[in-house]
Amino acid sequence: MTVNSPLQANLILASRFENIEVAEHTLLDLCRRAGCAEEVEYPLVTALREAIANAVRHGNSQDPERLVRLEYRVHDGSITIRVEDEGEGFDPSAVPDPTEDANLLRPSGRGIFYMRRFMRRVEFGRTPGGGTAVVMERDLKSSFSDHG
Amino acid sequence: MKSSTRDVGNIRIIELAGKITIGSGDVKIRELIAQALEDGKTNILFDLGGVTAIDSSGIGEMVACYTTVTKRGGRLKLMHLSPKINDILQVTQLITVFDVFDDEREAVGSF
Repeated sequence: MTVNSPLQANLILASRFENIEVAEHTLLDLCRRAGCAEEVEYPLVTALREAIANAVRHGNSQDPERLVRLEYRVHDGSITIRVEDEGEGFDPSAVPDPTEDANLLRPSGRGIFYMRRFMRRVEFGRTPGGGTAVVMERDLKSSFSDHG
Repeated sequence: MKSSTRDVGNIRIIELAGKITIGSGDVKIRELIAQALEDGKTNILFDLGGVTAIDSSGIGEMVACYTTVTKRGGRLKLMHLSPKINDILQVTQLITVFDVFDDEREAVGSF
């Protein structure tokens, strides 16, 4: 089934890693309603999980009192996902390239790389409260390697 | 994530299945490596044939395990990568760090 009219969902989650599963299920439900190609689900889910993990761990410091807000919007054959945290914000350009030789054995710092690998557009901004807002967009029909 | 372990000679083979992701699988593989080292097994082979997804925390934990084992004078190698996992290792350049095998006998013989 393919749905041509816009689809939208919003979630507000406490900052717990287990809530990533809730966000994933919502994304997959939207994808299936929109007739998303099956091979697109994996990169979409991967990018979403990274964005929420960053919001929970780095943005909200795993404080369950702080919230993560998500907005999914399916429109014109694409999906746009916005993830907001209640942290202090950060400079994405300060994150070192994990593929450089000097960084290969670093155990962290690959989340944003994953997101950029799997989505057509990834932009970072600030929420009115000073937290981080990341907006990611991807076509629903393109294959796994199209954004490589 | 599910796991099982077996020993072939002085090599600990750790079979992983499911998701290696933040807050669950990543912690589990750290514990499995700690147990192997406690058992005196410093040559370790991860069988990733049953792994369906690995996020950046899972990849980071595998890198940390690699460093831990190497510092102990051992080696950590991988086998049975799915196309998705292989792609992740390629794009992150970690394919240049890990020895990767398709065949268990070949992998065991490489230690």
